[in-house]
Amino acid sequence: MPINYFLILSAFLFCTGAYGVMARRNSVLVLMSIELMLNAVNLNLVAFSTHLENVSGQVFALFVITIAAAEVGIGLAIVLLIYRNLRSPDLDQVEQLKG
Amino acid sequence: MLDSAWLFPVIPAVSFLVILFFGKKLPFKGAEVGIASVGAMFLLACVVAAQWIDKVESAGHGSEKGLAALGHSVVAAAEGAKGGGEVEPIVHGFTWWQNGAAKFVVGTRVDGLVVMMLLVVTTISLLVHIYSTAYMHDDRRYTYYYAALSLFTASMLLLVVSANLLQLLVGWELVGLCSFMLIGHWWEEKENSNAALKAFLTTRTGDVGLMIGIIVCFFAANSFDIAKVNAYALSPGADHGLLLVAAVALMFGIMGKSGQFFLHTWLPDAMAGPTPVSALIHAATMVVAGVYLGARVYPVFFNGFSIGTSTFNMMAIVGAVTILIGAALAFVQHDIKKVLAYSTISQLGYMVMALGVGAWSAALFHLFTHAFFKACLFLGAGSISHSATHHSFDMREMGGLRKKMPVTFWTFMIATLALAGIFPFAGFWSKDEILATAGQGRYDVFVVVGLVGAVMTAAYMTRCVYLTFFGKYRGHHHPHESSPAITVPLVVLAVLSLLAGLLQAAPINVTKFEHWLEPVGGLPELVHPKFDYALATISVALASLAVGAAFFFLFKREESGAFKGLTQRSKVAHAGYTFLEKKYYLDDLYEGVIVAGIKGPIARASYWMNQNVIDGVVNAVGRGTTRAGRFTYGVLDQELVDGAVNDLGRETGSAGGGMTKLQSGQLQRYALLLLASVGLIGLAVYLVNVV
Amino acid sequence: MWAQEVAFWIIAVAMAGAAIGVVRSNNVVHAALFLVVVLAGSAAQYILLLAEFVAWVQVLIYIGAIVVLFLFGVMLTRAPMREEAGKLDNNQRLASGVVALFLFGVLTMFLVDAFHGDEVKFKDSLVQLGSTNNIGNSIFHDYVIPFEVVSMLLLAALVGAVALARRD
Repeated sequence: MPINYFLILSAFLFCTGAYGVMARRNSVLVLMSIELMLNAVNLNLVAFSTHLENVSGQVFALFVITIAAAEVGIGLAIVLLIYRNLRSPDLDQVEQLKG
Repeated sequence: MLDSAWLFPVIPAVSFLVILFFGKKLPFKGAEVGIASVGAMFLLACVVAAQWIDKVESAGHGSEKGLAALGHSVVAAAEGAKGGGEVEPIVHGFTWWQNGAAKFVVGTRVDGLVVMMLLVVTTISLLVHIYSTAYMHDDRRYTYYYAALSLFTASMLLLVVSANLLQLLVGWELVGLCSFMLIGHWWEEKENSNAALKAFLTTRTGDVGLMIGIIVCFFAANSFDIAKVNAYALSPGADHGLLLVAAVALMFGIMGKSGQFFLHTWLPDAMAGPTPVSALIHAATMVVAGVYLGARVYPVFFNGFSIGTSTFNMMAIVGAVTILIGAALAFVQHDIKKVLAYSTISQLGYMVMALGVGAWSAALFHLFTHAFFKACLFLGAGSISHSATHHSFDMREMGGLRKKMPVTFWTFMIATLALAGIFPFAGFWSKDEILATAGQGRYDVFVVVGLVGAVMTAAYMTRCVYLTFFGKYRGHHHPHESSPAITVPLVVLAVLSLLAGLLQAAPINVTKFEHWLEPVGGLPELVHPKFDYALATISVALASLAVGAAFFFLFKREESGAFKGLTQRSKVAHAGYTFLEKKYYLDDLYEGVIVAGIKGPIARASYWMNQNVIDGVVNAVGRGTTRAGRFTYGVLDQELVDGAVNDLGRETGSAGGGMTKLQSGQLQRYALLLLASVGLIGLAVYLVNVV
Repeated sequence: MWAQEVAFWIIAVAMAGAAIGVVRSNNVVHAALFLVVVLAGSAAQYILLLAEFVAWVQVLIYIGAIVVLFLFGVMLTRAPMREEAGKLDNNQRLASGVVALFLFGVLTMFLVDAFHGDEVKFKDSLVQLGSTNNIGNSIFHDYVIPFEVVSMLLLAALVGAVALARRD
C-alpha cells in the first residue's frame, strides 16, 4: 500500500485546516481548524513510524496529542477573554496589532 | 588525582553555596570559605601538575627505551621523547541525558593544556582571594563578592576541564554571568551597571557565533566530544568548507570573549568592577577563555583556515589588528586601569595572532606568562588606589610614589619589564617564541606587526610607570605602603613574572613547557622554531630603545615643558589624539546606531536613521577622509564599516515604508500571507531542485 | 492487501468530507461533530497502520476530552446554533481558498516527487512495535526528558488557563 495514500490524505487535512484558520471568523472554529492541522501532522508521524519500523514517530504523535490538549485549554481561555472584552467571539474584531 | 578532575568545578561550587547561605554568619563573613576552597584547588592543581609531569616524563622514557630496544636510531627516540605522543589525555564521562538516539555526555578531560590552565586559574584566583580581604575590606557586599568569586572559579574550572563543547559552552556562559555580576558589583552608580550590561551584551554577540560554531562542529563530527571533533578535523576526509564555516563562527566567540577587534570595546569599560576582579577575570583568566577555546579545538582552525599553507588568515589578521589598535589606544588613557585594559587587549591579540600563524605552544606560553605579569600590574594599580589616591585610578593624581610604596613600585617594575619583553623577564621568552615561530612560516608581515607592537608596548608602559611612580606627587592624600595581604600576592606574582619564562628558554636548551604542554591528543604538525638570536636581539633592542625614548620624552617634558603643547600646536597630532581618545569612534557607532536602533520601534528607528545617522555618517565620512591619509585604520573604519551601516539604514528605511501597508492588525491576514509565502518558497525550492 | 486499501479509501473519503464540513458548516455545533468524525477517522487510520496504542489515546483524549472542551467553549461564548450562510466566515474566504489549494498542490507535488514507489509493508512485527508495552518502554527510557518537559508544559498550561479565564 503506497505510503503516499496516507501522506496526501494528511496534506489534504492540513490544507483544509489552514483554510479554516484563514477564513473562519468565529474563534472557536479557528481553534477547531488548528486541531485539524495538528491531526494531519499526527497522521504523517504514524505513517512514517510504520513505514520505517521505528517507534519514535508514534511517541512523537503522543506528545503532539498532549500538547494539543494544552493548546486547546489555553486557546479557549484566550477566546473567553476576547469574548468577555469585546462581547463577540469574532476574530476580525481583534485588530490591536495594527502597526 | 588525574582521575578526579571533577573535583575542580565541584568544590568551588559548593563553596559558593555555603558562602551564599551561611556567609554572613561566619566570623570572616565568608572570605575564609572562599580562600580555603580555592587554596585546596590550588594544592590539587599542583598535585595534578606533578602527576601529569611524572606521566609525561615516564612515557617519554618508556618510548625511548622501547625504540632503543627495537634498534631504531637515536633521532627517532629523541622525537618520541620530545613529542611525547605516547601520553594520552585522561578522559572520564557519563551520560547526562538521552533523547532518543542523541546522547549528551558530561565529562572531564586532563591533558597538558588543561593542567596548565588549572595552574594559572587556581594560582591567580588564590592570590586574588587573599588580596581582596584587604582591598574589599568594609565593602557593602563583601560576602556576595566572595560568593561571586567562588562561582567564577567554579565556572572557569568547569570550562577548562570539560571534555565536550556543550559543557564548555555552559562554563563559558557561566563565567560571562560572573563577569557581569562582578563588573556591576557597585551597581548603585549607573555607569557601573551600564558597563556590566555592555560587557554582557557584547560578549553575547560573539557567543552567537560560538554556538553556531559548536553546532557546525557537531554536525561535522557527529559528536560534541572535543577529541572526536579534533580527530574529524585532522582526518583526510574532512570537509574543508564545513571546517571553514565552523572556524569563522568560533572565531566570533573568541573575538567576543577575548576582546579582539571589533568586539573589544567592552573590556576597557569592564574596569568599572573592583580591581582584584579586573586582575582575575579581565586580565588573567576569563578573557583568555577565547584563546583557550582556540587552542582546544585547534585542528578546526588549523585546517579550516589552512594555517601553515596560506600566508593570511582571519585569525592572524584579527590578532594583528588587535595588537596595534590596543597598543595605540593605551597611549592616550589617563586611567591607569584603562591603560592596562588596552594592554590586555593588545596582548590577547598576540595570543590570537600566534594561534593564527601556527605557534600553538607559543600562544599558550604567552597566555601563561601574561597571566602572571598582567595580574601583578592590575593588583599593583589596585594597591596604589587603595593606599595612595583614595580609590582613584587617574594617573594625573599619582606621581612620585616610588619612595612611598617601594614594594608596589618594585613589583610593578618587574611586571612592566616582563610585559615590555625585556630580557630575561617572562614576557621576553614568550613574545620571542611567538615571533620566532611566525618568522619560520610565511608570516613575515606578522613578525613586523609583533615587533611594532612590542615597541608600542614598551613605550606606553614606560609612560604609565613614569606618570605613576616618578616625578612629583600630584594627589592630595597621604600615600603609604599597603598591608601585607596586598603586598604578598604582589611579590608572589612578581617572582612568577621573573621566573616563569625560564620554563621555556630555548638558548639554554630548556623546553620543559612545550614538552609538558603538548601531549593533548590530536594536534596538527606544529612548528618548533629554533631560537632566533637576531630576532631576539632586535626585539629587545627596540623595546629598550622605546623605553629609553619614552622616558626621556616624559622626563624632558617634566623638566622644561617643551613638549607640553605638542597636541595644541600641531594639528596632525591633535587630530590623532582625538581620534584615539574617541577610541576610533567605535563606541559611538555601537551605541548610537545599533543600540538606539534596537531600542526604538522599527518605524521610528528608520526615520531616526534617515534623519540623524545618514547625515551624521556623511559628515563622519567627510571628516574621516581628511584623516585617511594619516591613519590607515581610519579608512577602514569610516568607509567600510560606516558605509555598510549607511546602506543598511537606507534599506531599512525603505523596507519599513513598504511594510506598513501589510500591517492591517488582522491576525488572519497575517496567517494568509504566511501560508502563501510558505507555498511560494516551497514552489521555489522545488523548481530550483527539480528543474 | 486489497481489504486494507478498501478500508483506507472508505475512511479517507469520510474524513475528507468531514474536514470540509468542519470549515464550511454554518453551525458551530455541527462543526464540532464533523471534527469528531475526522478524529475518529484518524484513529481508524492508526489502527490500519497497526499503531494500536496511539489509536486508543486518540479516541480517549481527542474525542473524549478535547471535543468536550470545544463544546464548552461553544456554550460559553454563546455561539449561535443556526446562522445564515457566510456569517461565520470573514471577508478573505476566496483568497484563503486559493492559498489553501495552492499549498495542497505544492505539498502533493513534493510528496509524489519524494515518495512515489514507497510501500508500507504490513508485518507481524509491526503489531509488536505499536504495542503499549513497547511505547511505554520508549517513553520512559529514551524519551524520559521530553516526557518530563511535556508534563511541566501541561502544568503551566493548566495554571495559565486558570489565570487567564478567572474573573477578578
